[in-house]
Amino acid sequence: MTTTAIAANGLRKSYGDKTVLDGIDLTVPEGTIFALLGPNGAGKTTAVKILSTLITADGGRAQVAGHDLTAQAQSVRAAIGVTGQFSAVDGLITGEENMLLMADLNHLSKQEGRRVAAELLARFDLTEAAKKPASTYSGGMKRRLDIAMTLVGSPRIIFLDEPTTGLDPRSRHNMWQIIRELVADGVTVFLTTQYLEEADQLADRIAVLNNGKIAAEGTAEELKRMIPGGHIRLRFTDPDAYRSAATTLHEAARDDEALALQLPSDGSQRNLRTILDRLDASGIEADELTVHTPDLDDVFFALTATTTVPAQQKESAR
Amino acid sequence: MSTLSLAARDTTTMLRRNLLHARRYPSLTLNLLLTPIMLLLLFVYIFGDTMSAGMGGGDRSDYIAYLVPGLLLMTIGSTTIGTAVSVSNDMTEGIIARFRTMAIHRGSVITGHVIGSVLQSVISVVLVGAVGVAIGFRSTDATALEWLAAFALLVLFATALTWIAVGMGMVSPNAEAASNNAMPLIFLPLISSTFVPVDQMPGWFQPIAEYQPFTPAIETLRGLLLGTEIGHNGWLALAWCVALTALGYFWSKAVFDRDAK
Repeated sequence: MTTTAIAANGLRKSYGDKTVLDGIDLTVPEGTIFALLGPNGAGKTTAVKILSTLITADGGRAQVAGHDLTAQAQSVRAAIGVTGQFSAVDGLITGEENMLLMADLNHLSKQEGRRVAAELLARFDLTEAAKKPASTYSGGMKRRLDIAMTLVGSPRIIFLDEPTTGLDPRSRHNMWQIIRELVADGVTVFLTTQYLEEADQLADRIAVLNNGKIAAEGTAEELKRMIPGGHIRLRFTDPDAYRSAATTLHEAARDDEALALQLPSDGSQRNLRTILDRLDASGIEADELTVHTPDLDDVFFALTATTTVPAQQKESAR
Repeated sequence: MSTLSLAARDTTTMLRRNLLHARRYPSLTLNLLLTPIMLLLLFVYIFGDTMSAGMGGGDRSDYIAYLVPGLLLMTIGSTTIGTAVSVSNDMTEGIIARFRTMAIHRGSVITGHVIGSVLQSVISVVLVGAVGVAIGFRSTDATALEWLAAFALLVLFATALTWIAVGMGMVSPNAEAASNNAMPLIFLPLISSTFVPVDQMPGWFQPIAEYQPFTPAIETLRGLLLGTEIGHNGWLALAWCVALTALGYFWSKAVFDRDAK
């Protein structure tokens, strides 16, 4: 039996005549990771700001941790933790002082506050830097301190707005690990990201937000199934070889500029062998063969391609 | 926890945070102290003879006595510029967004600033007062009650200017803008009775100088410390303090309660 951590219905928000959120519905079960995926300016941050009581929606209703967002804002605040896109640490004071500030604001006793602060600083590898002003921290350290501060109040629902934007690959993987551990403790995580890989790696459910609307929602697998399947791509360097192959493999999609052919394929070994046999039988020798399985990039581009089509699609070589 | 004890607890926490800032980075507060101290020394040691001669005789020590009360209030104006700057700095930081999403007493963010700033003002006034005493200012005739009233006036005046400065800081997009917007707080004392009596100013200007917030407070402080005539200035000063406090309070609250950007 799962209960709902976040339920939003028809949320709208506009600034002037620019509509940022155009009626979005979301349901996030307790103890899961939900990713709101979208390009810059899609309205991700606005959605987080509304759900975390920072701004009010123009229309729609939402419940967070079972409390109405507008009528019981203070109860919502008691249940949530928010780590925004821009670091929410006090740079003028030390990491430890930041943590103790949070402990005080969460009304922990002095002893409890010191214990929790020390524990979290250790968990996020900040013990050594604890006595230094937070303004001297690196981007990754600031982000870790930020999350550590969010955790002081033991929130049941955590909002992370682009938690890994601007982090180097190592810090990003550390952050992913941190997020996974949070959910292991039963916490619900609502995160926004513009990285498809991140949503694929972390999220139980993903909603793709585009132009203020939810373009699609489901698990990573469900989303991948929504778009046409994979293919095999054969690339040639010799134009003559390309032309003769294209004549033989008449069902292949042609890309005359790149001298490449695309054959539909599910990427299985059997299917691959069939294709290779056919190529051998016809004496076709491609200079490069890549197997392309649909990933979230394809979903993302398929769903959000309103104005620009990506010049180059991602290939995953097998 | 009851609303009141929650408010008290969170305000104390916020106050501690602001005092920690002030202690860690005292340069801003100390810089702001320089202006009144420099003016004090300038007007006593450089212009002193001319000023006291122009005011109808008396020697330099008379002019010191005349000057110090106004400069004490100017110190408050100067200190609250720092308040506007630090509030503006704070509001542009992500930490305020964090505070807004926490189950804390909402007003504590601002009241923490106000109390911290009033404390800083009082300390600054004591420091400038000490300089005054060092160069010869004496207020030996004042009774204990008058001293108490003078202290109360300084605190009230600091509270009023602080609330206005908080409002200025909240509407300023950055520290530079806050510092510019708060300029009247340092400019008004220059056109008050700090340096010369109002009745020696051009006739058309006298009403402006006489009824702006600083002059009544200065005249009241002078009366309390030196025994000069206070007259209606006491009530005027009190009225200004209450009015500015209320204005600053509702202004700041309205800005803070607006949606975050």
